[in-house]
Amino acid sequence: MSQQKDEFLERSKTFWNPNKTQFWQDAGVDLVIDRREDYHLYDMDGKRLIDVHLNGGTYNLGHRNAELLEVLNAGGRRFDMGNHHFPALARTALAEKLAECTPEGLQYTIYGAGGAEAIELAIKSARNATQKRKIVSIVKAYHGHSGLSVKAGDERFSKTFLSEDLLDEFVQVPFNDLSAMEDALKGRDVAAVIMETIPATYGFPMPHEGYLPEVKRLCERYDSLYIADEVQTGLMRTGSLWGITKYGVTPDIMVIGKGITGGMYPISCCVVNERAGQWLKQDGFAHMSTAGGAELGCIVAMKVLEITQRPEVASMVTYISDYVRAGLDEIRALYPDFFIGIRQNGVIMGLEFNDPEGAKPVMRHLYEHGVWAIFSTLDPSVLQFKPGILMTQEMCEEMLRRVEVAVGLAQREVFGETRRRVA
Amino acid sequence: MTESASVLIDITDSPAALNAQVGMVLERARWASQVYQRYDRDATLAITEAVARVAHSKAAEYAEWAVRETGFGVVEHKKLKNELSSLGLLDYYRNWDFVNPRIDEERKIIEIPRPAGVVFALAPSTNPVATVYFKVISALLTRNAIVFSPHPAALECCTDALDTLTAAAIEAGAPDGIIQVVRKPTVPLIEAYMGSDKTDVTLATGGSAMVRAAYSSSNPAIGVGPGNAPAFVDATADIKQAAQNLIESKSFDNSILCTNESVVITLQSVDDGLRRALKSAGAHMCSEEETDALRQYLFHERGFNVEAIGRDASWIASQAGFKISTRATVLVAPITKIGVDEALSREKLCPVLGYYVASSNDQAIAQARGLLRMSGAGHSASIHSQDAQAAIDFASAVETYRVVVNAPCSQGAAGFATNLPPSFTIGTGFYGRSSIGENIGPQHLLHWTKLAYNNDPAETMGDYTTTQVHHKGPLVKAPADGISGYGGGRSPQVAPQSSPVSQGAGSSQNISRDEIRQIIVEELRAALKA
Ligand SMILES: Cc1ncc(COP(=O)(O)O)c(C=O)c1O
Repeated sequence: MSQQKDEFLERSKTFWNPNKTQFWQDAGVDLVIDRREDYHLYDMDGKRLIDVHLNGGTYNLGHRNAELLEVLNAGGRRFDMGNHHFPALARTALAEKLAECTPEGLQYTIYGAGGAEAIELAIKSARNATQKRKIVSIVKAYHGHSGLSVKAGDERFSKTFLSEDLLDEFVQVPFNDLSAMEDALKGRDVAAVIMETIPATYGFPMPHEGYLPEVKRLCERYDSLYIADEVQTGLMRTGSLWGITKYGVTPDIMVIGKGITGGMYPISCCVVNERAGQWLKQDGFAHMSTAGGAELGCIVAMKVLEITQRPEVASMVTYISDYVRAGLDEIRALYPDFFIGIRQNGVIMGLEFNDPEGAKPVMRHLYEHGVWAIFSTLDPSVLQFKPGILMTQEMCEEMLRRVEVAVGLAQREVFGETRRRVA
Repeated sequence: MTESASVLIDITDSPAALNAQVGMVLERARWASQVYQRYDRDATLAITEAVARVAHSKAAEYAEWAVRETGFGVVEHKKLKNELSSLGLLDYYRNWDFVNPRIDEERKIIEIPRPAGVVFALAPSTNPVATVYFKVISALLTRNAIVFSPHPAALECCTDALDTLTAAAIEAGAPDGIIQVVRKPTVPLIEAYMGSDKTDVTLATGGSAMVRAAYSSSNPAIGVGPGNAPAFVDATADIKQAAQNLIESKSFDNSILCTNESVVITLQSVDDGLRRALKSAGAHMCSEEETDALRQYLFHERGFNVEAIGRDASWIASQAGFKISTRATVLVAPITKIGVDEALSREKLCPVLGYYVASSNDQAIAQARGLLRMSGAGHSASIHSQDAQAAIDFASAVETYRVVVNAPCSQGAAGFATNLPPSFTIGTGFYGRSSIGENIGPQHLLHWTKLAYNNDPAETMGDYTTTQVHHKGPLVKAPADGISGYGGGRSPQVAPQSSPVSQGAGSSQNISRDEIRQIIVEELRAALKA
């Protein structure tokens, strides 16, 4: 490590976040991201990494995507954040586009600045529409860290701040367990079920066939709304524009964040149907957010939607999914005892390792070999593996070459020298 | 459209957007080409055949469309060109193996074919659909992906043809994106494609400006220059046959092929006979006044009058202000000079043929060289002669890479009335500022990796008759866990290494080779009779 970086890390501990800064040093990932381009990150010491973390799809179209940068720069000559009290050109234009391309019935867009804020909006809207308070989510769900969203997630994050739910307003049921879901909804006192289409921070366990549509049916039966958290599954990452559509569910509310602005100017969107959007007709001032739907972000988001829906993109995502899967299957065949499974829908992937913390050494060896992928916070046996939707063949091949080496080294570290690679 | 319904900030014309768009198309093509290279020869041929068959079956429809859209040429001849550029082309190359290694035991060298990858192709407005057919089939035969930019004047017919071929290719199992179309071609966009480091080679056919731009792009390019073929009818020629060949050639698609004859050069001893023979074969011999009128009409200050391209003889005559017999299909204009001081010795993509009488063989050759110095270097020439030495003297003097003997030059140089490779992209080689001097074909869209053994006689070459290059076939579809019909589950298997398409596509409904040959022979016969 350069002296420069060493000094920087000290400052980071002093002024930013001592524990987090130290955590990564201890984890063997001494990354300080400096330059970024395409799907590449460059550490401040110059080390190059292929980014398959992408901050959960934020950099779906690559870091500093040239078209997004261009539209942001051009947009800056006309727009700024805007005034959130007034009808605004860019906010309405994006809302109109979202109404066009989101599932049937979703009509109004309520804006936030980050994902958690849009989750907040979804929960508030559902409560207003149903005049109920209860929110059902999944055990080990992750919806962000703001007041309501953090309560809908794992206690790991609310307890620290004495913000856990004490009023039994937030109920959590195991994923893929329909009878638990039905039990939670039966009382007809639930405002909404909130679901990540594929729970990301939990390591992308895949919904069982028919699970999500059945949850939606239960919502209808027990008069509760369905909130689809598409923050990580939207924007073509499953090969469909929205993951939830691929699973055949029409939600009442959809939450979009991260990739919607390609990491260039943050906004988030909560798109609601007529019922969930009732308050917008009754009391439009009931919620406000100065940075919510900042107009420059809206300009970028419209470009994201346009790019994402090009025919070339659908084609590329399919190639990337198939090719990377084929490559990972080959690697699995080499290390079958350690690399025990692949969860996949499109370019959303979870790699399962045969050790409760198995994804951590894999992450470290990948880092050493120039690939950045992160373990799942709520299930560290699983590595989140999230290639971008515009990855080139060359880069995918390059990435797989490095993954093979890293997985081999991680296996040796976890199992010791005795078990060698097969074949 | 109100502003809110469109885009508030339009960046589509910015270089960033242009390059990004181009990059996306080319990277999709790269994926397709990389996957296509996993296909074996049977699969490749099955796909190519499926495409060629559809192309052939729509030859007439697109011929009519192209003439309607561009105003150039003759439907019936375009139909023939389309047929020859589809099944005809495939038939010619069917036995060439562009997929498996070739072994040279004697030289102890094994060669493995390596496709270019991503081909960027341009088509001219004069031969729009035939060029589309030709380049697409050439790319598919050699396991390349192709991105096509049609000429704006022939955009609709080409785009439709490309969509048709694409559907056939995909149906036959070709990888998605193997053929793509630039739907709104503009000069900056085309330049971005040609210059992109994601393009492996540009196949440029069209105006000189485009061809030069392709060569200036910093990428490998195969571009060809214009023609201006001299046709020498010497004293030993079969005059009647020569005249018929000249008329067939010049009237074929109204001389729109760049291989058509520009000026016939003959000798005093042949002059009278040739004039008579030309007349009876369907030429109108122009008077001095008519020649003047033609010159005025065809050549403006800025060059050839594009209005006349591919028009028929009587239309051109009437535009120039004189009438000809309805039987006449070619206007023959006697000229007394060749060079910058005679406009009629320039390239004429219409059925107007210059006619020059030389005083000797040497003078005829000198005039032919002079003609090619104006334009057409490296392209085509023809000779009508029974004297082999005269043919060699002529061919070794003129600066072209093909000299057609006793055949119509339009069809002959393009490989349809000779045994040259069939092509509408005629390599003009170094004389014509081009990288290739042959008729361009699929063989130019790949290179060969050579395994070369130690030449020490003590070193024996391994046995390569039983080795094989592994063709894994199409990518196996990745599961989408939890969605019915998408496979999935938690215990994935290593993908089977089979190639599903190799037995698929078309083998049951193949037209036999004999049938194809029959069709082609009939077509050619009909065309040459017409
Ligand atoms: C599924 C999901 N929902 C919501 C969020 C919260 O988004 P943000 O971090 O922008 O507040 C995240 C962030 O990782 C997420 O993964």
